[in-house]
Amino acid sequence: MEKEVCKWSFCEKPPVETVETDFLIVGGGMAACGAAVEAAAWAKALGLKVTLVDKAAVDRSGAVAMGLSAINTFIGENPVDDYVRYVRTDLMGIVREDLIHSLGCHVDQSVFDFEEWGLPIWKKDAEGHTLDGQTAKDEGIPSLKDGGTPCRSGRWQIMINGESYKVIVAEAAKNALGMENIYERVFVVKLLTDKNNPNRVCGAVGFSVREHKAYYFKCKAMLVACGGVVNVFRPRAVHEGQGRAWYPVWNAGSTYAMPAEIGAKMVLMENRFVPARFKDGYGPVGAWFLFFKAKATNAFDEDYLERNWERVKQEYPGYAESPGTCLRNHAMMIEMKEGRGPILMHTEWAMAELAKTLSKKELKHLEAEAWEDFLDMSISAASLWASMNMEPDKVPSEIIPSEPYLLGSHAGCAGLWVSGPAKNYLGAPDEWFWGYDRMTTVEGLFTAGDGVGASGHKFSSGSHAEGRMAAKAALAFILDHKDDQLEPAQNIDDVLAEIYLPFEIYEKYKNYTSHPDVNPNYLRPKQVQARLQKIMDEYVAGVTPMYTTNKPLLEEGLRRLTFLKEDAERMAAADLHELMRCWENYHRILAGEAHLRHILFREETRYPGYYYRADFPKIDDEKWKVFTISQYNKETNEWKFETLPYKQLVS
Amino acid sequence: MPSFVIVEKCDGCKALDRTACQYICPNDLMVLDHETMKAYNQEPDQCWECFNCVKICPQQAIEIRHYADIMPLGSSTFPLRGTDNIMWTIKFRDQKTIKRFKFPIRTTPEGSIDVFKGKELPQDAAALKQPGFFTGPARTE
Repeated sequence: MEKEVCKWSFCEKPPVETVETDFLIVGGGMAACGAAVEAAAWAKALGLKVTLVDKAAVDRSGAVAMGLSAINTFIGENPVDDYVRYVRTDLMGIVREDLIHSLGCHVDQSVFDFEEWGLPIWKKDAEGHTLDGQTAKDEGIPSLKDGGTPCRSGRWQIMINGESYKVIVAEAAKNALGMENIYERVFVVKLLTDKNNPNRVCGAVGFSVREHKAYYFKCKAMLVACGGVVNVFRPRAVHEGQGRAWYPVWNAGSTYAMPAEIGAKMVLMENRFVPARFKDGYGPVGAWFLFFKAKATNAFDEDYLERNWERVKQEYPGYAESPGTCLRNHAMMIEMKEGRGPILMHTEWAMAELAKTLSKKELKHLEAEAWEDFLDMSISAASLWASMNMEPDKVPSEIIPSEPYLLGSHAGCAGLWVSGPAKNYLGAPDEWFWGYDRMTTVEGLFTAGDGVGASGHKFSSGSHAEGRMAAKAALAFILDHKDDQLEPAQNIDDVLAEIYLPFEIYEKYKNYTSHPDVNPNYLRPKQVQARLQKIMDEYVAGVTPMYTTNKPLLEEGLRRLTFLKEDAERMAAADLHELMRCWENYHRILAGEAHLRHILFREETRYPGYYYRADFPKIDDEKWKVFTISQYNKETNEWKFETLPYKQLVS
Repeated sequence: MPSFVIVEKCDGCKALDRTACQYICPNDLMVLDHETMKAYNQEPDQCWECFNCVKICPQQAIEIRHYADIMPLGSSTFPLRGTDNIMWTIKFRDQKTIKRFKFPIRTTPEGSIDVFKGKELPQDAAALKQPGFFTGPARTE
């Protein structure tokens, strides 16, 4: 098909606001808010300007928009080395321990700050009773910083009253930075590189989703932290429920796609997260397993982990001694494949067991805690109980592995390949440090949270802390490069023409057919997304083939994905909302392509329970205990792969 | 659906400088129909059911009819979010079982966070390359 070009014949060219800043933060979630707070504190004395741009409203953007019922990384009384061991075990042995260890040393300070800013954190009183965060404060229980005892739901997790978690974190960031330095409802879609150094970021272009207006940001350093990738795979839901993704449905892979387009290297993009959660509502299982001590069984009351553990140990020797998240999924999938589903979380047994030792009042409190666990972070899961007349103290609930997600902050480690915190940190190889903590392989371009690959288990608190670490390094980079004269290699008018092309195409062709939805000249963003989800599901080990693929399937998937990428040059948008969806889905395509190509490259099954290469069903440490690193060249549309050895830093 | 707007209650946020639901929705779903001056969810199958529009609506005009492909009709989940706590009322499909919960949401007044208060702001650029934040040191181990 002939290439379409925007000549502004059918769509009016938008006015452009140019924003000059030193440090640009792209994104508004936990990592971005952490970066904003820390950067604002340092920038004052250093005379630097910091700007944040978010496609939504910072108060409720990112993965914590709905709230959270726990902070999943608080090191507290544990040694940091044990945190590294836990993350390494859970992510099947290939992780960057320099990144994990340095994050472990910083994360608690962010939690202390959250509490000071007003986040209610559950505490234990002198008798060992659980108090909510407000009662604890009223009763004079010390804060965490002053030695108060949190209510641990697991070794690393602490319970909170987290409905307003993000509002609090956002308020801190907004007040620190000043609203005059924050652009909300502006979606950044393209990064710019320097004319004289193609490996140096120097700006970004985006558009307002509220008015016909574009933004050109000029900067000396940038943090890209826009979360992971959601809805790149066909979800289990078939219609409205597609919005009920486990991770936020607005996470469109921008964190990976935009840096990849300017050549930033990615690592372990074959990794994914398949959360096993309360079916359909995606309620969290952590508190039920760890805090309420609930058991999960197959349909015949057999503990699915116990039933399969000897088998899993034999299948994946050396990896099943303490079961990581993917291997626990694997045991669940065995039960499902062999027809012993559904898998049930026995909330009713757990509550009955707890009732034996609790007073009536304590039991009432416990019931509220169980409901709050859902109401704070996945309200639909509570509603699902109500809609089917289910009380968790009376009946069990189904749990199920969901569609795959790509991310770097939870039990997954896809992301960008970044510099470590310092030269030879804990004995790290020389090539893990190139001057600035959490800087990608593109000079001046930093990332945090879901963006940083080969680590993981940072969760909300760790993402915030990592944003702060990256922000400091970015400011140091700016000071070290004060005299650099930057000029974009890209022509801004050309970039704008590319961004607004979906408007031009829609207006040009919409009257050719009697209904704008079906038109041979373009695809609307929903149609792009549907095709992407189908390809990823069927060929790249989605839910339908039970998370299984092989080389021929992946190659066919790639063929189809390549057609889709070409067709994406004919996306059409009727309004600004659709224009946003177009570019979100374009970012999803690139992230999906990276995922597919990485799975094709790694000829083993490193993450059983997340995905299976049926043609290489084993873990092959001899050949594949390595970091897989890819680099995309947008000009040639080619991908280059290499491996780097894993090195253990913590015994 | 997921979020829906009750026609009789929505006033298009006439008294405010911007529509509350449109301002807050993380996924850009809520829009105002300028003819009817009523808000609506423009892309129901992309609704996360995060309830942020429900919580922020000054008229309590927004509720959630849960995902039609998943949930039976008849139940309701409704929050009343105050400045320091949230009250939830959950009515089961049987119309008889009702659960009410109240949880704290923050321990400081809204808008009061001053991250620099009582903190010594860093002055030394060399410290940017050292561990630690402006609010406290990193652990050393």
